[in-house]
This record gives sequence, C-alpha cells and structure tokens, in this order.
Amino acid sequence: MMSAVRRRTGDAIATRAVQAGFVIALVTLWHLATTQWGVSHFLLPQPAAVLRELADVLRSGEFVQDLKITLHEVVVAFAAAALSGTVLGYLISRSAYLVRVFEPLFSGIYAIPAILFFPVYVLIFGLGPASKIAIGTTISFFPVVLSTIAGFAHVDRILVVAARSMGSSGYQMFRYVLLPAAFPVILTGLRMGFILALLSILGSETIASLEGLGHRIVSLAELMKTERMFAYIVFAVAIAALLNVAVSALEALGRRR
Amino acid sequence: MQTDDVAIRVRNVSHRFGEEGEARNVRALLDTSVDILRGELLCFIGPSGCGKSTLLNVIGGLLAPSAGTAQVGGKPVRGPLPREIAYVFQENALFPWSTVLENVKLGMLFQGVPAAEREVRAQRAIEAVGLSEFAHHYPGQLSGGMRQRAALARALSLETAILLMDEPFGALDEQTRMILGEDLSVLLARTAKTIAFVTHSLGEAVFLADRVAVFTARPGTIKKIIRIDEPHPRKPEFVTSEKFTRLRNELYSLLHDEIRKSVSESARVARADPLDRDSFGPGPP
Ligand SMILES: Nc1ncnc2c1ncn2[C@@H]1O[C@H](COP(=O)(O)OP(=O)(O)OP(=O)(O)O)[C@@H](O)[C@H]1O
Ligand SMILES: [Mg+2]
Repeated sequence: MMSAVRRRTGDAIATRAVQAGFVIALVTLWHLATTQWGVSHFLLPQPAAVLRELADVLRSGEFVQDLKITLHEVVVAFAAAALSGTVLGYLISRSAYLVRVFEPLFSGIYAIPAILFFPVYVLIFGLGPASKIAIGTTISFFPVVLSTIAGFAHVDRILVVAARSMGSSGYQMFRYVLLPAAFPVILTGLRMGFILALLSILGSETIASLEGLGHRIVSLAELMKTERMFAYIVFAVAIAALLNVAVSALEALGRRR
Repeated sequence: MQTDDVAIRVRNVSHRFGEEGEARNVRALLDTSVDILRGELLCFIGPSGCGKSTLLNVIGGLLAPSAGTAQVGGKPVRGPLPREIAYVFQENALFPWSTVLENVKLGMLFQGVPAAEREVRAQRAIEAVGLSEFAHHYPGQLSGGMRQRAALARALSLETAILLMDEPFGALDEQTRMILGEDLSVLLARTAKTIAFVTHSLGEAVFLADRVAVFTARPGTIKKIIRIDEPHPRKPEFVTSEKFTRLRNELYSLLHDEIRKSVSESARVARADPLDRDSFGPGPP
C-alpha cells in the first residue's frame, strides 16, 4: 500500500520533470536560434530581450486594461454557454426523440470551425466585446450541451428502475440518481467549453477588435515592436496555462465529491 | 385456501413486448396464473428468456402487462409499491457513486423513512448480511458476492412484507452461491417475508423454496409447481439427503424438455435465415 503510494508520487514527480525539461529545451533552442544560428531578431527576438520587455509590461501595469477586457469576455461567454448548454442539454435528454434529433445535429455543427462566422458576428455586434462574447458563447456551447445530453441520456437504466421501485419522487430521481450519474461527464464538457471560449476569444481579438490581449498582440506586430509583442504572447500563454490548471483542479475537486 | 392467505395473486397475465407484426415483437408471457402465499418462498425456474423477470416486474408494478392482472394484498397493482415490495435485481443495481451505507440509506429516503431512523436501520441491515466492515466501501471496491449482499441489505432495510429477488446470486460461482443461499435461508426464517425468487440453479431452488414453479419455454407459462416440504432454516445436510436429490431430479426432468424446446426453437429461427444456413450445414470433410 505505502510503497504503491510512494511509487505513484515518484511517477508524478518524474512526469513533471520531463514536462519542465521539454519547456527548458524549447527555450534553449529559441536562445540558440537567435544567438548562434542567425535567425533574424526581427522575426524572433532573443529570449533575454523578451524577458526584459515582459518585466516592463508587468511593472508598468499596462496589461491590466487588456487583461480585464479579455477575462470579462471569457467569463461572460463561458457563463452563458454553461447555463444554456446544461439547461438545454437536460431538457433534450428527457426525450429519446429529441436526443435522436439533436445529438447528431449538434455533433455535426461542433465539427464546423465556427470562427469562420466571426465576420458576421462583427457585422451584427460591432468591434467591441459583444462580438467576442457572442462568438465565445457559440463555440463553447457545443461541448457543454453535448456532454450534458450524453450524461443525462445514458444513465444506466437499472439504476432508474431501482430508484423507482423504492418510491423515488421526480425530484429525488434528479438529485440522487440522474445528477450524480451525469455529473462527471458534464464536468468534462464544461472544461472543454471553458478552454474553447478562451481560445476563440483570444483568437477573435486578433482578427477584429479594439481592445483585449489578442488585439494588443496584433497591434504591436503592426507597429513592428516584435520584442514587446512576444512579451505579450508569453503573458497570454501564461494566463491561459494558469486558467487551464485552475479549471482542471476544479474539475478534479468536483469529481471527488 | 382463504383469500387472506394469499399475498400475491397473478391472474391470466400475458405480455408482449412491441406491437404485433413489428420485427422486435416478443411474446414473453402467456396466460400465467399463480398464487403466492403469505410467508412462503416461491422459486421460479425456467429456460432463459421465458419471461421470469417479466413476471416479477409485473408483480412489482414496474411493467403493465398486456393482459391479466396482478394483485398485492387484494388490491390490483398499478405502479411501484415501495411500502409493500422490495427488489433485489438480476443486475447490480447499487449506485456506484455511493458507499454501501449511503446506498442503503438512499433506499429508505426514497421510501420515506424519517432521517433519524435511517442510520439505525441501515446499520442493522448491513450487519445482518455480514458487511459491517465494508459499510464505507464503494460498490466498485466489493466482490460480486458482496455487492449482491449489499443489494440484499438495501432491500431488507425497507422492511417490506414482500421481497422480489431476480437471480440475486446469478453472477456468482457455485460455492459462493451455496454459502449465500445458506445465509439467506437463516436470515429469511427470522423475517417471515413473502418471497418470489428467480433462479437458474436447480439446487438453489430446492434448497431455498417452499414451492418451485417450473416455466415452459417462451412464451412462458407455469407448467408445474412442486412442493418442498422441509422446515426452515434449511441445514447444509439437506443438500446431501436422498430427498434433496429426488426433488432436484424431478425438477431437472421437468425443466430439461423445456430447455430442449427453447434451444431447438432458436435453432429453427436461425435456420430460417438463409444467411445463417451454412453454420448448420455439414462441416468440412
Ligand atoms: N424491454 C424489452 N423489450 C423487448 N423485449 C424484451 C424486453 N424485456 C424482455 N424482453 C424479451 O422478453 C423475453 C422474456 O424476457 P425476461 O427478461 O422476462 O426473461 P427471463 O425469463 O428473465 O430470462 P433470463 O433467465 O435470461 O433472465 C425475452 O425473450 C426478452 O428478449
Ligand atoms: Mg431474467
């Protein structure tokens, strides 16, 4: 028992070490490419220079406004998708007919790169946050609704029959049978939905926007301030990684209960 | 036979799954009648697919039959009767996300037992099936035999007069099944419940039952009921007695013809399907 636990923590540490090694190797390659192999500083600035710019960005607090905008868009879009996806998914899951109609339909739409419709969203909602929120909501709605349908519609029938035989009410059936059975599946959909909201919003900010981290990155590129642009890219990557870790931790916490 | 001695009365029950003419239409039960007396254990035995589970579901109010009626305590069954009937299902029907103790308490919550009483009754039921040490284990952490005992504890905690058990030990090995059978016999001798019990095991049927009802091949109906006169709780020695062997053999010959019939019927269905013909033709020289 003890040794199994120790082996598992040992494995986890080894895994983390390999992951860290991979990142270090990438940065080293980056460093070598810019200092030894003559890659133009204009295309790819030196890591040290990017780090200096990043420190400046953080110290000046210049990033706060853009970060606020992007996070606000992500939170609103995800909340809207999570709410509409779970409610609609649950309602659809109550009828075998609706499941037959909507599950393949939503799966099909999910496979279309919805970002292609972003120009239409800009025409309707303008260049401000509204169009980003709308595209983020649209894209993250599908994994949420699909996982909710899958979670609720495929509950083991014998569990439902057993609960019914013991006299469970409709509410009790939902609270003690359907929800616990569907919950882990829905959580996975929510995590996917969150990641997609973040990706599509950062992406759409680079296409057409007035503010936000994505917008900042493109405008620096247009000004040819490559070093500062890379500093913002590193910053955005760090924020995305942090959010992903936080969401995964929340998911693990939800699963454990 | 007085009416109030009868706990469960089944009258001319027939059931058909799907509509006539549909590809998936199956006649599962045909004009079945039986009375189950108060306090007796009646075993149903018969070929696979003859409609035993279907009959149990009709009695338990989980399935409305195409024809005929089931009565419990003199009243026609129109839906589940959680206060009168508890179930142990053929498949494992424990909630996998709850511990054994939580599973047992959840059953009582559904049934409407006050919160204060649930804990005590749950502990008592879990102890009765010998699972006290595993009360806080999840079903996935138990062996198949322990899972079925946990399901039995959940059913017992509901303190119903009637227990419907659908092959509760069907998925277990012969040895475990014998031990659980002995334990069950002791346990049930104390409770005076009315029990309908489905099994595929001739030995289990003779060992546990007051009467054994033998089904015909599908569409199933009861072919014969034989009586097992032997006091409860049954002793392990009963199994090696001459009487046990005689009754078991009698059951075997009753059942044997029906199983032949059900097997040759499925073979005939398969042969009628041209795609399947080769598998029944002569083998390679
Ligand atoms: N929900 C259903 N829909 C369609 N057919 C069904 C359904 N449930 C059972 N059947 C069919 O009805 C017949 C009787 O089923 P049942 O489960 O009552 O058999 P059984 O006697 O319990 O068999 P076993 O001993 O294998 O458990 C079978 O042929 C089965 O295929
Ligand atoms: Mg069955």
